[in-house]
Formats: sequence, structure tokens, C-alpha cells
Amino acid sequence: MTTPFLDANFALNVALLLMLLAIALAVVRTRSLLAAILLMGVYSFVVAAWLMVMDAADVAFTEAVVGAGISTIVLLGAILLTHGEVVRVNWRLQVVPAILVLVVGGVLIYAAGGLPNFGDPASPANSHVGRIYLETTYGDIGAPNVVTAVLASYRGFDTLGETTVIFAACVGVALMLGFGPRVDTAPTVDVMGDHHVVLRVISKMLIPLIVLFALYVQFHGDLGAGGGFQAGVIMAVAVILHAMIFGLGETTKAFRPGVMRSISAFGVVLYTGVGIVCLVNGGGFLDYDFLFTPQVEAMIPPGLLGDPDKPHHWGQHFGILFIELGVLLTVASTMVSIFYGFAGRTIEAIKAERGS
Amino acid sequence: MILLETLYVAPPTLTAQAPVLAIIVPLLGACAAALAPSGRTGWMISVIASLFGGWMALAVATEAMREGAIVYVLGGFNPPLGIALRIDAMGALLGLLIGAVGALAAVFSGHSLVAEVRTEKHTLFQAGFLLCQAGLVGIVYTGDAFNAFVFLEISSIGTYALIAIGEGRDRRALPAAFNYLILGTVGATLYVIGVGFLYAATGTLNMADMAARLSTLDQNASVQAGFAFIMVGLGIKAAMFPLHGWLPGAYAHAPSLMSIFLAATATKASIYLMARFLFEVFPDGTAFGEAFLTWVLAPLAAAGAIICSIQAVFERELRRIIAFSSIAQVGFIFLGFALGSAQGLSASVFYIVAHGLMKAAMFMALGALALSIGARRLDEFAGVAREAPWTAVAFAVGAASLVGTPLTMGFLAKWGLIEAAIASGQIWIAVVMAAGSVLTVIYVGRIMEAMFFRAPAPGAPRAKEAPLGALAPLLALAGLSIWFGLDASIPEQLSQAGAARLFEVRP
Repeated sequence: MTTPFLDANFALNVALLLMLLAIALAVVRTRSLLAAILLMGVYSFVVAAWLMVMDAADVAFTEAVVGAGISTIVLLGAILLTHGEVVRVNWRLQVVPAILVLVVGGVLIYAAGGLPNFGDPASPANSHVGRIYLETTYGDIGAPNVVTAVLASYRGFDTLGETTVIFAACVGVALMLGFGPRVDTAPTVDVMGDHHVVLRVISKMLIPLIVLFALYVQFHGDLGAGGGFQAGVIMAVAVILHAMIFGLGETTKAFRPGVMRSISAFGVVLYTGVGIVCLVNGGGFLDYDFLFTPQVEAMIPPGLLGDPDKPHHWGQHFGILFIELGVLLTVASTMVSIFYGFAGRTIEAIKAERGS
Repeated sequence: MILLETLYVAPPTLTAQAPVLAIIVPLLGACAAALAPSGRTGWMISVIASLFGGWMALAVATEAMREGAIVYVLGGFNPPLGIALRIDAMGALLGLLIGAVGALAAVFSGHSLVAEVRTEKHTLFQAGFLLCQAGLVGIVYTGDAFNAFVFLEISSIGTYALIAIGEGRDRRALPAAFNYLILGTVGATLYVIGVGFLYAATGTLNMADMAARLSTLDQNASVQAGFAFIMVGLGIKAAMFPLHGWLPGAYAHAPSLMSIFLAATATKASIYLMARFLFEVFPDGTAFGEAFLTWVLAPLAAAGAIICSIQAVFERELRRIIAFSSIAQVGFIFLGFALGSAQGLSASVFYIVAHGLMKAAMFMALGALALSIGARRLDEFAGVAREAPWTAVAFAVGAASLVGTPLTMGFLAKWGLIEAAIASGQIWIAVVMAAGSVLTVIYVGRIMEAMFFRAPAPGAPRAKEAPLGALAPLLALAGLSIWFGLDASIPEQLSQAGAARLFEVRP
């Protein structure tokens, strides 16, 4: 067998890497923070594309919605409140950081020498725990998507922790930036002087579709790429889009800032609650096999989850369903809360400017 | 003498679930506090959740003493497939420290928050405080390297925001919080990169499994890099010299509640995690082993202990003096690790507890004084002992323990470290500790002289004795430093049993 002159996969990898390098250099070089933020969004999209090339669909999805989507919006909110330009720093101050970066880079390159080849089936990551996951997931949990099974069930405690991190971010931003605009003071769109008719009409059609897509991502997570984190961010994007097109006043009437914060806490409570139910039923914390007592399980109609004769995992299925719902609630409401926090400050800043 | 095994703590059904309850009860408390209708309710939730968490930590400690080590499997999947909490006697002791200081600080916050933080932020403040507690207990209890990262993040994110809230009293809290945010995030990122390399080399995230697989591996570049990344990452979090730049500002300008809790627990959890990697995950000879202890950890720890003590001597602001002193004490703790012996490790863990209790008492006393006077510089504290004798005495007990006065826990802690150093034949470490102690006497002496023997400046605001609700937890903390100075059996048993077990199972 002859090896082709240029392996297509290899060429794709090199091209994506060069793109990343070029974007990273541009981010460092540019003095406009707006340009830097948009370029970082592009960076995230390229990373997402690269992760797809590596067949890591779930991670690629997350990178696209979080890295390119929501964090761009948050960063834009931040420069609205501060400055849009970089202040030039004396080069002497940059010597030590530059040396540190070079050292860390050197260590990373050195360490790469000890890593197994990409996709090597004999590598430790693919032959130890990773292989057991692939072999046992269907029998233990019954979910076809191993990534979801690992995140939600095998390592469900980590995911509870990560959901808590999101909630902590909600608490932190609310403490720092306040609670967003008061419902009665938030501006609404002046319909008579409106130049955004096209945007309004289009987004009216889009927003329901975005929400529908979020729900698809949420409930399809067992089978394909997706889950509560991605769905939560997409859901939040729908709300944020509404706020940008129709004005904060309209949005805060429908999604009140106080309610958003409560939902963020409630998501964590729901997740923990599932764990506690398992615990009360005699299992360990988050052991979904104990989610239903045998009496309850007997009441579930057979055939609800496909072939009634096959072994089924009611507890695992519903456990994952509920905890993913908790993740969705916390992520979506936290993202909206963070947006409100920035938006509320922006309104204050504009008012202060007009007043002075 | 009180033996932990003979205590009846909690009913068996509760004890069986205590490891996870010690984490999730503060977590649920945080959610409840965020929803609380008023600051007062938030405070009550915080007190109840912290007390319950502390109670569970006590149950875990008795159980760990009886069993040697507890493994609590989460989700019904045995490690390495699932996540397990793994608590040995040392982890249980650290959990107990976090639980005890957390509960006392929560009680104290009833008065302190009202004085320092705007009313509408109280509920969220308590939520953040409980999240920190849940995260720190998680770090010391977990048996999984990645799970530790998740808990590190939970505790850190809460901490950043809560330090920044100090801006109401001291504008410097904002840059301090920002510094800590950046450095803390860098530290956590380095840690997770290191865990990634170890996963690539071993295929597992469970610490015990990782240790077993590492001992069969040859020297490998990614294992070495993983070790280096983890040590530097946790070194930043633990304020190891010279990675301590974030600490003085964060401790000095944060609201009192955060200063108390952070100084007693936050760096300690990272230090303990570092000890687990050094002595549990990396068996002898893997990565850098002894060479790291002798040529990196020991010199840096010694330099930190001396240099930061000197900085404390020349600092003018009281809270900053105590903050610099904390970095120096972290140096002492690392000197114990650097001995590489069971005796050194157990002495260090005992020192962690002693230092946590004394610093909590000192910062709480300053918080109690802050209720009546807004003093920052040392001279502004002149003569406060006459106006607020109980608060000053509690501060003095903490300070005496810091110096290492006999009959306080600090004395036993210093003595244990010096004894361990001499037993390993590392006389120079004993000498460094003695020199550091002399410097401690100098700066503590300056503080004591101002508080007790100087007359207040004419026209200066007069300090008042703190109300009973703030004084009670303060005196309890000071009392603990004396109790363990007279009868150290509880922390001694736990630290010795844990260290001995760790060195026995090492391959």
C-alpha cells in the first residue's frame, strides 16, 4: 500500500493549527479590545471545528456555544462599561511574563514527548478506565451516548460540582454588579423611531426556533451530542437576543431578575435533591439505581422506554433526565442573570453620563 | 485526655452518609441562603448549615480514627469508574478544622456583616460563604484528582467575589480580589493541565489508582510535567513563597468574615492536597521525588519563612502584618513536608491546625474591634486593651500561640516540627525555624506593646467591647488554642495516625 503524498487529515490539522496561531497573534497585536473579543470568538469556532475533526462532538458543541457564543457577549458587556482600547504597557514590565510564558511553553513541548500517539488504542487513556466505560455503559446505564453516561452518571458528582460553579458565578456576579435593571426603569424600544423593523420581525421568528433547538439539545443528550450545559446556554441566548432587539424592559417583564436568580439556585437544589432521594432509598448519594423504590418502578408502564423485554434502567434514565434539567435551569438562568448584571450597570452608566 | 474513638457523635445511619453530607449540606444551605427573604434569615441558614456541616465533619473524624480511612462511593460505581471520597485521619482533621472555624465564623458574621456589608447583599454573601465551605471540605475529602479541581473552583469563585465586597470599607479590596482572581485562575489551570498529563499517562483520575499505576511506570516526560504543573498550580493556591503575591491584599482588605475563614482554611486545603500528591499519589522516586523535597521545597519554604517574617516586622498595617505572618507560617509547614518523613508530615498537619485556629482567633478579634473603630495602622490600635479587654485577651491568646508560648497549641506545633527536623538529622531546618520564631517574637511584640501598654492617642475614636454574639465565638476559638495546648490528644491522634498510615502503604 502506498501512502498518499499528503494525508487529508494531516493537512486539515495543520491548516487549523496555523489558523489558531494567526488568530492568537492577531489578538495579541490588536489595540482594539472590540476586535480582540471578536477574534477570540473566531478562535473558539476554530477550536470547535478542530475538536470535531478529533471526533469530540460534545466538547466541540460546548466550545462553540460557550466560547464563541456567551463569553463573547459577556466580554462585550464588560468593554461597554470600561474602555475599548488597550493601554500600552512599558516593555520592561513584559519581560518577566514573557520568560514565564516561554518556560511553560517549553515544558509543554517537552511533556508532549511523553504522550501516546493520538488515537492509539493501547494508550493508557484508551485501555484502562476509558475502555471499561465503552464496554459497560450500555449494560449499566442503557444510554447510547457514553459521554453523557460518564458526565451524568459515572462522574455525576463532578457535574453537580460544575453546576455549583455556575451557581457560584451567578452569586458572585450578582454581588459585584448588583441585580440588573429594576423592572420599571429598564428602557423599552421606542416603536415610532424604530429602525430595527427587519431585525424584530426576523428575531420574532427565530427565537421560538432557538428555544426549540435548545430543548432538542437537552433531551437528545442521551443519544447524541448535547446535554444540559449546551441547552442552557442556547436557551439563555434566546432570552438575550430578545433583550437586545426588544429592549431590556420587555425582557425583564417576562424573565424577572429575581426569578432568574431563584431558578439558578433551584437547579442546584433539584440536582442535589435527586442525589438525596437515592440516599434516602438506601443507595449512595446520586446512585440512580435507587431513585425509584421497587413499588414505584412497578407502576411505570412497560414499554415506556422501548422494548419491555430488554433489561431497562428506569432509575438511570430518569436520574439523568432530572439532573440534566437541573443543569439546564441553573446554566440558562445564570447566563441571563450575568447579562442582566452587565446590562443594568450599562444603563446606570449611560444615565450618569447624560446627567453630568 | 479525650480519645476520639470513645465519643458518641451521631447515629450510625447518619454517620454512614456523613462524608457526603458534610459537603452537600453547606451546598444546599447556600442555595437556601440565596433565596432567603432577609439578611437575618440568611444568617440563620448559614449558622445552621455550618453547624450541621461541622457536626458531620466530627462524625467523619471519629469514623476515620476507628477505621483508618473511609471510602465513600458516589453514584454506586466503584472507583476508578466512579468518583469516591477517600478520607484518612489527616483529611478528617482538616475537615474538622474547616467545619469548626466555618461554624464559629458563621455565628460571628451576624454582627460583623451588618457593620461591613450593605444589607441587600447579606443573603448572597452568606450563600457565597457556604459555597466556600462546601468547596474546601470537598477538596480535603475527595479521592479523585479531577473532583478536587471542581471543588477548588467552587471555593475559589465564591472567595473572589466575597473579597471584592470588602470595597465598601476599603477600596483596595477591588485590586486585591482582581489579583487573586487572575493568579488563582492561573493556579487552577496549571493544576488541571497537570491532572490532564497524569490522565494521559495512567488512564485514571482516582488518586489511589493513579498511585498504583504510577509506581509501575518508567520515568516519563508527561508524568514529570504533570508533577511540575500540579506543584506550581497548588503552590499558587497555597501561597507558597514566591507565589504568594495575592495573599497579603486578599487577607487584609477582605471583609472580616472572609479574612477569618480564608486565613484559617483556604490555603490549608491546597497545602493538604499538595501533601497528598507528594506522599500518596507520587510514590518514591517517580517524577522528581526526594530531589524536589530537598532542592526545591525546602529552600523555598525556608526563604519564605524568613523573608516574609522580616516583611511582617516592617509592615505598618496590622492586618497586613498578620497576613505576611501567614505566608511565613506556610513556609514552616512546607519545611515539615520537606523532611520527607512520617514524623515531619504529621508535625506539619498538626501545625496547619494550630495555625488555622490561632489566625482565625486573631482575625476575628480584629473583626470584633472593627465593629467599633475603623483602625488599620498599628498605632491606631494603641491602648485598645483598656477599652475592649476580652477582645484583646482573645487576640493575645492567638498571638501567644503564634509565637509558640508554652501552654498554647502553637508551642506544641513548633516543638513537634523542630523535633521532627532533628530526628531526620536536618539541623539547618531546625535553625531556620528558630530564627523564624525570633522574628515572630519581634512583630508580635510590637503589636502587643501597642495594644496593651500604650495609651490611646488623644482624640482617637474609642474602641468598644464587642457584643456577646461576636465575643462568644471569638472566646471559643481562643479557648481551642489553649485546650489543645494543654491536651492535644485529638489533633495529635488524627495527624499521627494519618501520616503513619500514608508512609506504611507507600510502596
